[in-house]
Amino acid sequence: MFRIGALKQVGDFLQDAGRSKQSSTVNRGISFFVPWVLFFVGLVVIPLLYYTGLITIGTVNMLGRYMAFAIVAVGLDLIWGYTGILSLCQAFFFSLGGYAMGMYLAHHGGPEGIIDANGWKIPACLYVVYPYKVGEAPADALVPWFWKPFYTLPVTTVLGLLVPGLAALAIGYFGFRSRVRGVYFAILTQAITVAGWLVFCMNNMKLCGTNGLTRFDRIAGFKLTNPSVKVSLYVITLLALVGVYLLCKHVVKSRVGRILIAIRDDEPTLRFSGYKPYIYKLFAFCLAGMIAGLGGMLYAPQMGIFTPTNMEASASILVVVWVAVGGRGALSGAILGALAVNLLYNFFTSEKNLWLLTWKAEYWQFVLGGLFIGVVLLFPGGLIDLWRRLVGTQDNDITTYT
Amino acid sequence: MERTDNSMDQAQRTAEYKEYSPRESRLSEERYLLFLEDITAVFDGFKALDVEALGIEHNELRVIIGPNGAGKTTLCDVVSGKTRPTTGYVFYDGADITNQTEEEIALRGIGRKFQTPTVFDSLTTYENMELALPGHYRLWSNLFGSTTKDQEERILEILERVGLIDELHREAKYLSHGQRQWLAISTLILSDPKLLLVDEPAAGLTDAETALTAELLLELKDDHTLIVIEHDMDFVRQLDSFVTVLNEGAIMAEGMMRDVQQNEEVIEAYLGR
Repeated sequence: MFRIGALKQVGDFLQDAGRSKQSSTVNRGISFFVPWVLFFVGLVVIPLLYYTGLITIGTVNMLGRYMAFAIVAVGLDLIWGYTGILSLCQAFFFSLGGYAMGMYLAHHGGPEGIIDANGWKIPACLYVVYPYKVGEAPADALVPWFWKPFYTLPVTTVLGLLVPGLAALAIGYFGFRSRVRGVYFAILTQAITVAGWLVFCMNNMKLCGTNGLTRFDRIAGFKLTNPSVKVSLYVITLLALVGVYLLCKHVVKSRVGRILIAIRDDEPTLRFSGYKPYIYKLFAFCLAGMIAGLGGMLYAPQMGIFTPTNMEASASILVVVWVAVGGRGALSGAILGALAVNLLYNFFTSEKNLWLLTWKAEYWQFVLGGLFIGVVLLFPGGLIDLWRRLVGTQDNDITTYT
Repeated sequence: MERTDNSMDQAQRTAEYKEYSPRESRLSEERYLLFLEDITAVFDGFKALDVEALGIEHNELRVIIGPNGAGKTTLCDVVSGKTRPTTGYVFYDGADITNQTEEEIALRGIGRKFQTPTVFDSLTTYENMELALPGHYRLWSNLFGSTTKDQEERILEILERVGLIDELHREAKYLSHGQRQWLAISTLILSDPKLLLVDEPAAGLTDAETALTAELLLELKDDHTLIVIEHDMDFVRQLDSFVTVLNEGAIMAEGMMRDVQQNEEVIEAYLGR
């Protein structure tokens, strides 16, 4: 009985994003300060710690990657937390951005001298999936046409945003026009993610198969192994996160934000007021897709490799867990959740000798599952809401309007 | 012939409507804002609506009454685009709107209040009102525009009137049923449509509140056209308007409330055989 009840609760949780106590307008206090505290820590404290030698460059790099994840989480919060549409293809959009940047990096990395018949340097990771030995480049081993636009950084950056945006536009246009809603939209996006993953895994798609994109050496001429380049990438990611946060903050504070919440609450009624809900859903979905693409672009150079595992079905669900743990319907919750879950992941996936048992990395799955169930059952408002409850400021009934 | 004349039977009234069919006559637009012709709505073999002809004049307050399941709400659904009629035509302001979507119909100036008050739970009273402001349907204007001083004053004026001014920043989910009913009516008034479809505005309200609702609707009558669906006979008497009685999907009788009340058929339909 309890199990069925708990399952139902999980189902309701995924469906009725934000319908619980947590909502957009609550707890201005904490949700307002959390991001700025995080940004201050990220921009001042972390570099300070690094330059005084208290943390290694590896830690800074890791935090940079988690910031990239936080960017994706903010995008999902916009579409799930505010609009109430559970999208399970954020990891797909993330990977589209990641692959765009990965192709740029692969163009400029790896051994020199493998030139195709048209004079293009064949990226090392691409050569692996061609059935030739290293060093020999027969006439038909050409750099595919779709690799070529990603040779320069500006074009790559534009395409890394545009491609996920257009993918979201296509999925959303057909999905929202046909009024696919609720769990059906989640299933649709999940299926698209799996299909995308299968396509990117194929060797003959010339996207380097399951090996993924490797041999990243230089970005805009700077060596990626250089610590100061790593710190720069970290700072750029953090600034991008601030930018994305402010952008989404503007959206949810504008009338569009209220329309998105109205869609979550009661979409059919909104139609009778003369609004076209699908336009707003499409807007939020495309914006979330582009934000995920930006996250992927920033992740690739910091990770040093980009493989199809980043777009596995489970990766998208992980994004949902970040946002759920942090607090749906609060942008700062998404950031907090992404950072908290990933730091936990980092902590629990290292082997530890405890008093009675040896902690193994695989046990992390139990922690993650327990965390998600715990959030749903005990604090559906996420960390942001938990804080408010602990401190006891009951300001969610009366919201200040400015 | 004056249509309030109670010697006319329903067949004569239907024949008179038919003379004005927009498909036949250009005169229709001048007389009727809304015109329904040969409308049927069939759900799973069940004929929920079967209206031969019905016209609503400009700036008229029309009350539609009828027993449960008479097709009153289905009629509203057909006009507002929620339900596609199986056959027939809906003309509004001279245009055929039969197959248009809900938002297209709304943009033409037909506003609707549902039977159960539909407000957006997570938004505050004020925010609910803001969404109802007319002329802000485009994405861009909603992304960068903001509510003007005039609009804000108008919102506060209406909320003051219906006594929701103290609930300005309270989320709608914390409002009582009556307050939600008021909020739904207020958003409809604010959106200022040409034609208002008001489905059971008095449900769940106290007598004093009902009287205020009647007062508000009668005020709107001056420059709006209203269709009010109601169960509460006291409320209908307060409105003192032309009444259409629906029964089993078809128009049974029309006339002033005092005449309709005397109609044997109507009494039988309401009280049962």
